[in-house]
Amino acid sequence: MLSAILTITILALLFGLLLGYAAVKFHIEGDPVADQIDSLLPQTQCGQCGHPGCRPYADAIAAGEDDINKCAPGGEETIIALADLLGRDPIPMDESIEERPPSVALIREKECIGCTLCIQACPVDAILGAAKQMHTVIESECTGCELCLPPCPVECIDMVPITARYESWSWPYPITAHRNVAQAQEVS
Amino acid sequence: MKLHSFHGGLHLPEHKSESTGEPIRKATIPQRLVLPLKQHIGSPAHLLVEAGDRVLKGQVLAAPAGRISAPIHAPTSGTVIEITEHEIPHPSGLRAPCIIIETDGKDEWATLAAPLPDWSKLDAETLIERIRDCGIVGLGGATFPSSVKLEHRGQTIDTLIINGAECEPFITCDDMLMREHADRIIEGVSILKHILGIESCYIGIEDNKPEAIAAMREAAQKASLQRTTVVPVPTLYPSGGEKQLIEILTGKQVPSHGIPANIGIVCQNVGTAHAVADAVLEGKPLISRVVTVTGAGVNEPCNLHALIGTPIHALIKQAGGSNGKSTRLVYGGPMMGFSLRSDTLPLTKGGNCLLSPSEEESPVPPRMTACIRCGKCAEVCPARLLPQQLYWYARAKDFDKVQDYHIHDCIECGCCSHVCPSHIPLVQFYRFAKTELWKKEQEKKKADHARKRHETRVVRLERLAAERKSKLRRKKEALNKPAGGKGKAAGGDDAKKAAIEAAMKRVAAKKAAAREQEPAKGADN
Repeated sequence: MLSAILTITILALLFGLLLGYAAVKFHIEGDPVADQIDSLLPQTQCGQCGHPGCRPYADAIAAGEDDINKCAPGGEETIIALADLLGRDPIPMDESIEERPPSVALIREKECIGCTLCIQACPVDAILGAAKQMHTVIESECTGCELCLPPCPVECIDMVPITARYESWSWPYPITAHRNVAQAQEVS
Repeated sequence: MKLHSFHGGLHLPEHKSESTGEPIRKATIPQRLVLPLKQHIGSPAHLLVEAGDRVLKGQVLAAPAGRISAPIHAPTSGTVIEITEHEIPHPSGLRAPCIIIETDGKDEWATLAAPLPDWSKLDAETLIERIRDCGIVGLGGATFPSSVKLEHRGQTIDTLIINGAECEPFITCDDMLMREHADRIIEGVSILKHILGIESCYIGIEDNKPEAIAAMREAAQKASLQRTTVVPVPTLYPSGGEKQLIEILTGKQVPSHGIPANIGIVCQNVGTAHAVADAVLEGKPLISRVVTVTGAGVNEPCNLHALIGTPIHALIKQAGGSNGKSTRLVYGGPMMGFSLRSDTLPLTKGGNCLLSPSEEESPVPPRMTACIRCGKCAEVCPARLLPQQLYWYARAKDFDKVQDYHIHDCIECGCCSHVCPSHIPLVQFYRFAKTELWKKEQEKKKADHARKRHETRVVRLERLAAERKSKLRRKKEALNKPAGGKGKAAGGDDAKKAAIEAAMKRVAAKKAAAREQEPAKGADN
């Protein structure tokens, strides 16, 4: 009886120590699930999901505090990718969120008064300028988040949809083209 | 010599004799030339001229930007009237930056680089540089900068393969070039062999070109080249594909995701060899090429030696004009080419054929029906892929699976679509999947970049806030000081204050540094 209790106690202590050691030794900083979610988000940092950036939204999804259908720039593809990652069913985009075509900000430079407010609002430092100097958007760095629009006191920032370039052009999905042809034939 | 064979392939109606009836015609200089800044694989060339500049034939208009790039030269003398977005021959039908030259008809040469008749005494670097400076790209259609192919860094090359197979129906520009300029091509081959420092060379030509084979054999014999064999290969589409020709001639397969250099082979087109000879022996840049203008829609199908940038309508006019039997215009051959929306587009370095096919020559595909799993596509696939599986996954937009089935080994030859009894546009699906995968990769890169910028910004803002806080605290303390420090010498007080301030600064700096490191670490994870 006593030896049994003793054996169990010693074993329990031993394994406890082992577990404790493992917890310290193999400790992972941060949340790996949130990291994975974050890597699927488009990183526009636009805040349309209601969180102040992509990482906070990823944290909220990982913690189960928010749904996976709030990312407007990511669109349906991101929802499917997130559903795939988290083993959930894909759901339609949240109704309160409107999808917009990918665009970049463009400052009408003649009207800019050099207030630096947009520079402070830009989450990726894509706006260049100084106080009382004209500002400009570095197009290649702009994520199209629109966060620079509200602070501008003279409303001199436009969102310009990204035009199709032949370098970034991709072949269209063949079926739609074919169906359209077929439908057109049927109609005529 | 024992020949090997590749998997699959198709016997197609050749339609070659239409355009081989007469020698290569020299095309006239058009009034206007349109030169896209990107006529090659890689980054667009960097513009060197402005609107209004007078340029001479052979002058550099745009310099290569980066390693994988090629310069653009003026094909004739004239004035740059505009640098603008112009439609280019591209399946998208979109516009790209182009230099537009109004020609003056004088065809006045600029001072060219000195000819290098003693090339056999020069080192490879000098010759590769010459090839790069002359803007030579693969003229078989892929337009990969030739100089980059010849650098073969860290790879041991033992065989040079010259591609004269020209397997696609209708196209005869390489055939005619070999018939008429075999000597020049062989000179180019010798130069290429010298650059690569190798002896063994095969010139693969499909056996439906007996005249070209005879001409090349004679030229090779005349030049008494060592270990250079002209090899007639059986006519079977796509034997002119780089990987397929290598397999026919050597029996070796280029590894998946690999290049021929991985198995010790460099492959160049006959047109490229010709251009290399021109560049080295005469210092002439690549400003013209032979292009086949053919199809039932043109009156006199023929081969034209035309300046790069010549508008397509000018080429058609010189092939006897169009006769209204065709409503389409295809850039490239019937299997791999794409339809053009307008005839004002320019001829580019990679343009080997202009096809104006009649309804019989290139029928509009009937409506696609469901796949019946006959497996014909897999039988003809020269890349040994599983076209059906690729089709299902591309159709379902399951891009991971598409990659698992090696979509990137697809050469888009079109054999599978051609044999499909259900008329499924298989190649279109693969092209769609390929570009979609590429787009995803770009988006991912962009997102990673934005994340990095955002994280750096957050760290910076935190650091600035901390600095501001410590500054405020210091100011506050400095204000409180005089009340506490009574009766002491002013000098001593100041010294003390300075010492405290210095210490605080050190602490603040340390803190800021620590803070900066921590989030950076977090970001790494």
